[in-house]
Amino acid sequence: MDPIIILQAGVASGTVLLFAALGEVLAERSGVLNLGVEGMMLIGAMSAFSVTIATGNPWIGVLVAMFVAGLLSQIHAFIVITLQADQVVSGLALTLVGAGISLVLGEGLSKAGTVSLMPNFSIPLLSQIPILGPILFTRQSVLVYIGYLLTPLAWYYINHTRPGLHLRAVGEYPAAADALGINVFRMRYMYVFVGGMLAGLGGATISLAVAPGWFSELTTGGQGWIAVGLVIFAQWDPIRAALGSYAFGALRRLILDIQAPLTLFGMDNPFYYNPYWGFFLQMLPYAFTVIVLVIGSREAIRKRLGAPAALGEPYIRGERGK
Amino acid sequence: MAESTLAKKRTSWRIKLEPRLDEPPAWYPAMVSLGAVVVALILGGVMISVAGGDPFLSYAHIARASFGDIGVLSDTIVKATPIILTALACSVAFRMKLWNIGAEGQFIMGAWGASAIVLAPVLPAETSRWLFIPVMALAGIAAGAAWGFVPGYLKAKFNVNEIISSLMLNYIAISWVNYWVFAVWTEGGFQMSPKFPVGASLPRLSEYADSFPVLRGLTTHGGLLFGIAAAIILWFIVYRSRWGYEIRLIGDNPRAANYAGINIARNTILVMALSGALAGLGGMSEVAGVVRRLQTAPIAAGYGFTGIIVAWLAKLNPLVIILVSILFGALILAGREIQPSGIPKMIQGTILVCLIASDFFLRYRVRIVKGVEE
Repeated sequence: MDPIIILQAGVASGTVLLFAALGEVLAERSGVLNLGVEGMMLIGAMSAFSVTIATGNPWIGVLVAMFVAGLLSQIHAFIVITLQADQVVSGLALTLVGAGISLVLGEGLSKAGTVSLMPNFSIPLLSQIPILGPILFTRQSVLVYIGYLLTPLAWYYINHTRPGLHLRAVGEYPAAADALGINVFRMRYMYVFVGGMLAGLGGATISLAVAPGWFSELTTGGQGWIAVGLVIFAQWDPIRAALGSYAFGALRRLILDIQAPLTLFGMDNPFYYNPYWGFFLQMLPYAFTVIVLVIGSREAIRKRLGAPAALGEPYIRGERGK
Repeated sequence: MAESTLAKKRTSWRIKLEPRLDEPPAWYPAMVSLGAVVVALILGGVMISVAGGDPFLSYAHIARASFGDIGVLSDTIVKATPIILTALACSVAFRMKLWNIGAEGQFIMGAWGASAIVLAPVLPAETSRWLFIPVMALAGIAAGAAWGFVPGYLKAKFNVNEIISSLMLNYIAISWVNYWVFAVWTEGGFQMSPKFPVGASLPRLSEYADSFPVLRGLTTHGGLLFGIAAAIILWFIVYRSRWGYEIRLIGDNPRAANYAGINIARNTILVMALSGALAGLGGMSEVAGVVRRLQTAPIAAGYGFTGIIVAWLAKLNPLVIILVSILFGALILAGREIQPSGIPKMIQGTILVCLIASDFFLRYRVRIVKGVEE
C-alpha cells in the first residue's frame, strides 16, 4: 500500500482510458458521438496481441491495432454521416460488432502465452524529481510517455490551431463551417477515424503493456464506457480528460492493493479478512463514473457549458434552421 | 443531391437520391428490415468463412438445432422468454428516446430480488406456488424498477447521460449478485445458491406430461405467459392510453410535448422505472423458470443487449417483439454449440448495423435514372 506505487501504476493503467477518451473528445468535437469505444478497444487489444504473437514486434502490433480500430470506426462513420442514422444505436451496434469480431478472431489467443511487450524505461533527470519522478517518469511504458505528449498536443490542436478551429466549427455549427468551404463530411469521417485509432491504441495499451494478454471481453471490462463517461465529465477538454483518466487508473490500482495488507491504518484490514467485500470494491470505478457524471452535469448547468452544439445531429446539406 | 454542372453528352446511368415525402406503404418497412437481416446473414457468413468456419453448415445447424423438432423448439422458446421481456423494457424507453442500455443490470437485479424471497428467506420453503410466484414476481419487478429508477432520476434531476449511468449500473449489479452468491447464499462454496423449492419455481410443460404425454420433456415454462401478458399490456399502454401518447410525443418531439404541458422529468423517471420493471420480471422468470437457483452474473448472458437489437428490429412494437424474440432465441440456443463462440454475438451486431443502415431506405428513395442532365 505504497501511495507512490499506486499512483505510478495508476498513471499506467489510466493511460488506457486517456487514449480512448482523447479519441472520443476529437470525434465528439466534430459532432459525432461514437458509443462504440468499447468495441474498438476490444478489437485493438485483440489485434495488437495477435499481431505481436505473429510478428514478435509489439510496435507492429500497436500500429495494426490502431489501423484496424480506425477501420472499424468507419462503419459507424458511414452509417451516421452518410446515411444520417441515429448515432446512439449505431454506436451500440459498433460495440457489439467489435466485441463479436474480437471474440471470433481472438479464439484461442488467451492460451497463447507470453509475448514481447512494449518497452518500459525511466527518463534520465526527470525521474530524479522528488515524488513526481518516481510516479511519472520511472519504469513506465513508452505508451505512457506517448500519452503525456499527446494530451497537451490535443489541447493545443483543438484550441490554438487553424484545423482545430475548423474542427470546433464543424461540431458547433456545421452549416457555417460548410459555408466557409470546410468539407463537413470529410472532417467528420477523419475525426471518427482518429477517434477509432486512439481507442485501438487504448486497447493495445491494455494487451501489450498494462495487463498483458487477451481475456475475451474481460480485457476491457467496460473501460470503453468509462472513457465515454469521462469525456462528458471532462467537458470535451483533453487536459481534464487526462486528469480524470489518471485518477481512475489510480482507483483501479488502489482497489487491487487495498485487499492485500493485513492491517490498514493500524487496524485489521477488513478487506483482507472478508475477501468477499472485494465485490464492493469492484463496484467503485463504475459507481465513481456515475458520481463523476453527476458532478460534470451539475457544473455544466451552472457554468452554462455544454456539449458541442451539433453533437449527435447528422449534417444534411441545404437543410434550414440548424 | 448536388447536380453535376458539367452537361454530359452521352447517356449515362446514375443513382439518384430523393427524400421521401410520402408515407411508404405499410409492407415497405418490414421488407427493408427483412432485407437488412438477409444482408447481415450474408455478411456474417463471409466473416464465418474468414474465421475458418463453414457458413452453410453453421446456418443449417442453427436452423436444425432450434426449430428441428418440438423439443428444441421448446428450448428456443425458453431462450426467447427473457429476450421478450428485456426487449419490451428497451422498447418502452427507446420510444421516449431514453437510451436505457441497462436492461442487463435490471434483469440481474430482478433475478436477485426474486431469489431473496426464497433465500433470505422471506417466505418459508413449503409456501404454495400460488403465493410464492406472485411475491417473487413482485420482488423482481421492484428490484428491476429500482435499478431503472436510478438512471431515470439522475437524468431528470441532473441531466446525467442515461446511457453511461445505466450501463455502469450493469457492472454494479454483477458485483452485487456475485457478493450475495459467494458470501451469503453459496451452496458449499460453489458459485450458486441452493436449489429453490418446488413452490418457488415456475411450472414447466413437462410437469403436465402425465395428463398430456406429448408434453414430456418440454422445458417451456410459465415465464412465457409473463412475457406475452406484458407485451399485450404494453401495447395497450403505448398505443391506446394517454400515458402512451405522452411517451410517444416526448420521443418524437420533446419541445412540442413541453409546450403541451407534459411533465418530461416525471415521465423520464416513470418510463425508466417501467423499463427496469420489465427487465426485472425477465430476471425473475429466468431464475424461477430455468435455473431455479441464483447463480453468478452470467445468468443474464447478454439478454439485455440482445433486447436492444430485438426492440429495434421489431420497430419498438411490443407484439412484433414476441416473434422477433423467438428468432433470436433460436440464434442464442443454437449458437452455444457453434465454434468460435463469438459468432452469435458477431451476427447479432451485424444485424443491428444493417438494420440501422437500412433506415436510410425509409427516408430516401433511391432511383437509377437514365439521361442527360445539365
